Amino acid sequence: MIQALAFYLFAIVVIVSGAMTISSRNPVHSVMWLILAFFNAAGLMVIVGAEFIAMLLVIVYVGAVAVLFLFVVMMLDIEVASIRAGVARYAAIGLALAVALAAEMMIALGAWSAGKIDLTRRIAPVDATVPNIQAMGNLLYTRYLFVFEGAGLVLLVAMIGAIVLTHRDRSGARYQNIARQNARRPQDATRNVKPEIGQGVQL
Amino acid sequence: MTSFFNTTVGLPYGWAWFLATIVGILIIALPLMLAVAMIIYADRKIWAAMALRRGPNVVGPFGLLQSFADGLKVFLQETIVPAAANRGLFLLAPIITFTVALIVWAVVPFQSGVVLADINVGLLYVLAASSLGVYGIILSGWASNSKYPFYSALRAAAQMVSYEVAIGFVLISVVLWSGTFNLSGIVMAQKGHGLGIVNGFWINPLLFPMAIVFFISALAETQRAPFDLTEAESELVAGYQTEYSSMSFALFWLGEYANVILMCALNATLFWGGWLPPIDWAPLYVVPGIIWLFAKMMFFFFVFSWVKATVPRYRYDQLMRLGWKVFLPLSLFWVFLVSGYLMYQRVPM
Repeated sequence: MIQALAFYLFAIVVIVSGAMTISSRNPVHSVMWLILAFFNAAGLMVIVGAEFIAMLLVIVYVGAVAVLFLFVVMMLDIEVASIRAGVARYAAIGLALAVALAAEMMIALGAWSAGKIDLTRRIAPVDATVPNIQAMGNLLYTRYLFVFEGAGLVLLVAMIGAIVLTHRDRSGARYQNIARQNARRPQDATRNVKPEIGQGVQL
Repeated sequence: MTSFFNTTVGLPYGWAWFLATIVGILIIALPLMLAVAMIIYADRKIWAAMALRRGPNVVGPFGLLQSFADGLKVFLQETIVPAAANRGLFLLAPIITFTVALIVWAVVPFQSGVVLADINVGLLYVLAASSLGVYGIILSGWASNSKYPFYSALRAAAQMVSYEVAIGFVLISVVLWSGTFNLSGIVMAQKGHGLGIVNGFWINPLLFPMAIVFFISALAETQRAPFDLTEAESELVAGYQTEYSSMSFALFWLGEYANVILMCALNATLFWGGWLPPIDWAPLYVVPGIIWLFAKMMFFFFVFSWVKATVPRYRYDQLMRLGWKVFLPLSLFWVFLVSGYLMYQRVPM
């Protein structure tokens, strides 16, 4: 009963906030709706017992990716009207994507209801007694070790690539020399002088 | 408590669980609010003592009721929303800060078995919830539609995201050592950790530096001095809180201190044995675990205040350097060191 209530609550909020993400006029509001959608998707994952994935979703997407989104969107002065103007141009592509996604979902659901997907016969059957961090760890670091490391490598290359592409060599820039700042002692920088009255200080 | 509602009152299990959770939330949140009020008082007193002042001493005996008087004052004030502010988000921001500061307490174990949600991803939940805290601040800065709050919000976002990375790696080394993400499990893994005598990971030479890094990162994560650049009064008025008044301001205030107490509790739980007594000696277990936990939290809070009273504020570039160029490589290296040592122990000799 409570599961069903929670499921419908999360599911409805995901759908509504997803819709609001694309329809709200203010880009910052859009990002906030997106965050709400992520958050509720995490809630759905908790319901199906994938608490590890749920937490990672919140940590990675809500805690890091969406913060950067918000950061960028906040600082850019985005004019909504100019974005709206492009809607007609991209409508065909968007529609095609939507149709493809809907078709995929229908095929998956069809296969499911026809009994073609047998949960007990997959490569790594689910063991309900093991907590899912442990189950995933066991699989990722044994059976899928090379795939996992390959994925890590791809991400690393992507990260280095992003840094290389956006790096600008600023020759004239001045930098803080922290070591020199730390090495500076009060006696080098200050002088205690006792000037005569009316004489002033010679610096 | 679920079983109480289930068997004694005779409710079906689902509703019994629901009621028990609500009661549990109240049992944690109400004393927490009281604790926040007292801790604000304690903070001001400690700070005053270090500056050779008296601190609050007018309202109630020793000024003990000062925080309640302040609370009443802000409650009676008018909530002002600036005309150019984004009204919805402006009012939502303090609520987010406050809520996020409270939800993490769900997984903090107060005693053996006394925890609202004993989930096996407890530590990840802590990370997830604390990474949400930044939204309250960013939104308040942006929604205020004012320069200083906006600067403050940008600073806060960069600062919190940076130090979360270091905290993440510190937590990983603790998790590696204790072999679980569950906070109660982490506490139990510390029982008799030091030669069967001392309870706590801090005695471990491989984890002690991480305890220090965690403490400093906790200061940065809660924006306490010396990392309180987000509300640096000499540059940014009051930072992201500049445009706030009345209850919306009070929510920021309460949330901030609830976060500070939370960081003290995490410090105690992760490295200093949580609700276990400091030494694994039977007579010490007579004292309830919650008292040990509170004693440790109070100690760390004292250190927080001490730092606030004595350490000058960092420059922003120094803050970023400390986070990315010192703590990140150090904690990353330490994860390798700890996991290397643990693997080395497993190798059959």
